[in-house]
Amino acid sequence: MTDTIKQIRRLPRATVVEAQGEIDLRFQPEFQRAMLEVCAEKPPVLVVHLGEVSYMDSSGVGTLVKIAQTVRHYDGKLALVSPTPRVRSVFEITTLDRYFTILASEEEALAL
Amino acid sequence: MKTEPHQEPIHLCVNSHAAALPKVREAVRGAARAAGFDEESVHHLILAIDEAMANVIKHGYEGRSDQPVEIELRCTREAQLVGLAVTIRDYGRQVHPDSIDGRPLNDVRPGGLGVHIIRTIMDRVTYCPAEGGGMRLEMVKFRKP
Repeated sequence: MTDTIKQIRRLPRATVVEAQGEIDLRFQPEFQRAMLEVCAEKPPVLVVHLGEVSYMDSSGVGTLVKIAQTVRHYDGKLALVSPTPRVRSVFEITTLDRYFTILASEEEALAL
Repeated sequence: MKTEPHQEPIHLCVNSHAAALPKVREAVRGAARAAGFDEESVHHLILAIDEAMANVIKHGYEGRSDQPVEIELRCTREAQLVGLAVTIRDYGRQVHPDSIDGRPLNDVRPGGLGVHIIRTIMDRVTYCPAEGGGMRLEMVKFRKP
């Protein structure tokens, strides 16, 4: 679909965004725009699959903070799924691994 | 067994455009591997230098994308420690080094995380106004003993 979004699947009570590629200063605006469009639909559960994201910098993490705040504002739930160890380390360095719900599988996320 | 660093310093000059970031990341990857860092540390070095470059683009040059950024990567040795020394020189806005600081991490909001990432990953981080304008950022990360 785009450089950072591979697929968006709309399920009965959840939307799953499969992210991909390098979410850095170059592609963060596109990623944020796409994610905010999904948030506007107010899915009760928003799952962001990070397994195919090869690189993420603080701008990408910042977008996910913004999405988390938007989802919480409408009483939804956000889960991040399957980040690679490298992507996960960005959350750990910024201590945001405690802020986000980070799960190993999509099944766990859909059970929220 | 870790090898001793032997390569010549790498000099890059790129435009202050986000499109330059992958080229810088590749150069850092090569220099860090040549300096003998493990792959986790290589990734961390890439991340820290990427964040520093992003800050130059966003804050130093305030989004102007055609300005010069000079990067030097060189192996360094201090006592028993071997590491990678990185200098990033821009010609943008000068600020007092004390004003460059990450925000408290318990204040969760988008943005402002780059300096925290840089200071967490690198062992030494020094910002200083450069002669002739702009800023010079000098950073060092040492290999794990």
